[in-house]
Amino acid sequence: MSAPTLTKDRTVKDRRPRRPRTGPPHLHDGGLGTTLRRNITAHGFLIGAVLCFAFFSWYPIVREFLLAFQKTEDGRVSWVGWENFVTVWNDPAFGQAWRNTLWFTVLALLLGFVVPFVAALVINEFRHGQGYLRLLVYLPVMLPPTASVLLFKYLYDPGYGMFNEILGVFGVPAQQWLQDPDTAMLSVVVASTWMNMGGATLIYLAALQSVPGELYEAAELDGAGLLRKVWHVTVPQTRLILLLMLLMQIIATMQVFIEPFLLTGGAGPEGSTTTVVYLIYQYAFNFNNYGAAAALGLLLLVLLAGFSAAYTRLNRAEQD
Amino acid sequence: MSTRTLISPAQLARPRGKALYWVCFALVVVLFTLAFLGPLYWMVSSGLKTTQEAVQTPPTWVPGSVHPENYQRAWEVMDLARLLLNTLYYAFGALALQLVLDVAAAYSLSKLRPVLGKLILGMMLATLMIPATVLVVPQYLTALDVPIVERNLLNSPWAIWLPSVTNAFNIFLLKRFFDSIPRELLDAASMDGAGPLRVLWSIVLPVSRPILGVVSIFAVVGVWKDFLWPMLVLPDPQQQTLAVGIYSLATSVPENVLIAALSIASLPTLLLFLLFQRNIMSGLTAGGLKG
Repeated sequence: MSAPTLTKDRTVKDRRPRRPRTGPPHLHDGGLGTTLRRNITAHGFLIGAVLCFAFFSWYPIVREFLLAFQKTEDGRVSWVGWENFVTVWNDPAFGQAWRNTLWFTVLALLLGFVVPFVAALVINEFRHGQGYLRLLVYLPVMLPPTASVLLFKYLYDPGYGMFNEILGVFGVPAQQWLQDPDTAMLSVVVASTWMNMGGATLIYLAALQSVPGELYEAAELDGAGLLRKVWHVTVPQTRLILLLMLLMQIIATMQVFIEPFLLTGGAGPEGSTTTVVYLIYQYAFNFNNYGAAAALGLLLLVLLAGFSAAYTRLNRAEQD
Repeated sequence: MSTRTLISPAQLARPRGKALYWVCFALVVVLFTLAFLGPLYWMVSSGLKTTQEAVQTPPTWVPGSVHPENYQRAWEVMDLARLLLNTLYYAFGALALQLVLDVAAAYSLSKLRPVLGKLILGMMLATLMIPATVLVVPQYLTALDVPIVERNLLNSPWAIWLPSVTNAFNIFLLKRFFDSIPRELLDAASMDGAGPLRVLWSIVLPVSRPILGVVSIFAVVGVWKDFLWPMLVLPDPQQQTLAVGIYSLATSVPENVLIAALSIASLPTLLLFLLFQRNIMSGLTAGGLKG
């Protein structure tokens, strides 16, 4: 860039006053007035977005913290300390919602984390039809979730659904899917994986392109089979991306809402699909208890903040 | 593709390897097609069945008689034209607002570098760490009564448009792209007396077409796919989006009509995807990786 010329200049004409090189050169030729004008212009460009953030992002974040310690009765706001947290804690649905959310996350990771990786590994091996396979995997991501979820509800129907029909071909007895507390959550996860795996698969595919081929050759010389090659070469080589995606999926799946909300009406049979976010929704919009909703939200926020912080750290490491 | 992958080329070159490759390939193609197109086939074909056939046990793989008029019925009964227009209005309004405000903000942060710019960018990016669903409650209360201006945004398109601007990820993508535009290019223009707006319009934007495409597609798709927020802030059935409207009418129409409506609702984004698949996929891996 301009650095070499600068040093050369300085050796020739050493007494020339140095200018701070922090901005575009044409903009800080003058004094205070120009700096001021430059800043006014720059902030003018920023102001629209900043106002939107202030009203719809920063202020709500602050408000979330305040709400958790407030109570609104007949339009009057009062401070109640930790009372909202006690209410939330004593709710019989509290434990169940957390258990369900964790169970959903575990299932979603087993399916939603492993399936896209395996799909990417398989697609990457083919010398033909990669474009077609990519297209297929990503197709559901583009559907409005309402459409996919209601479609799955139809496919899951114990009587006239496609899934029982397919199982019937293999002689497996019809399942109750969403109506059975034991399979309800699994059914939700399968639908969710189908809807969302495309993004992760494409990202893994991109990461696989950067695994050096020599490493596989070296592993083969050591007599490594297919699975060992995956475990000892592919996984370590794509470790950072895998970890990033894992964290991202944990953050996303812990916030699951629309799938259970539309598939099982939220709570599901015997409350088997009540998730934390659905509980927040219920507090706020069914019971008008914004304090309790905020308190529960804050608990989720604190938990996920840990994952978010880890994600940001890793992401920075990835970019360097 | 010439890059070396898991299976060695030598193994593939052998007759047995070749045969195995093609068998696996065929199996995977069939499996993927069934897994991803199967449900879509079921959707389109069930939309063509009679009401009785759509809910009969066992179901039929091919409609016994074809009734395309279900699609017309869905269109009329569920007032899909209005839902579709509403959604288009929200999506493209959000797109326009994001393109103007987020591009301006990213340009300012990248090239004009105001005082406190770093802090503002940091605060924007910090919002990415807050789980979106947690914020829905305070955001909803804000939309009910926006402070200072004291407006209620319920049932107004602004309730969709203004929060859509707070897309820190898009700002980040744009800023990163603007950062890669060489300084010299902009300085040359400024030397000729072009102001910041002029530089943005005639130099930065033309070279940023790829990233603008990606950001635009994600902005439109984002509004199209959103469910919880529009459900909360647009309770009036006349104002609803496609995703919400179909949900709220789901139980009041026969199954075959509902399924036909789902097919119709899926069509626009699918078309968008088929048209712009290259941009979408490259944008996903370029931006998604390093979000």
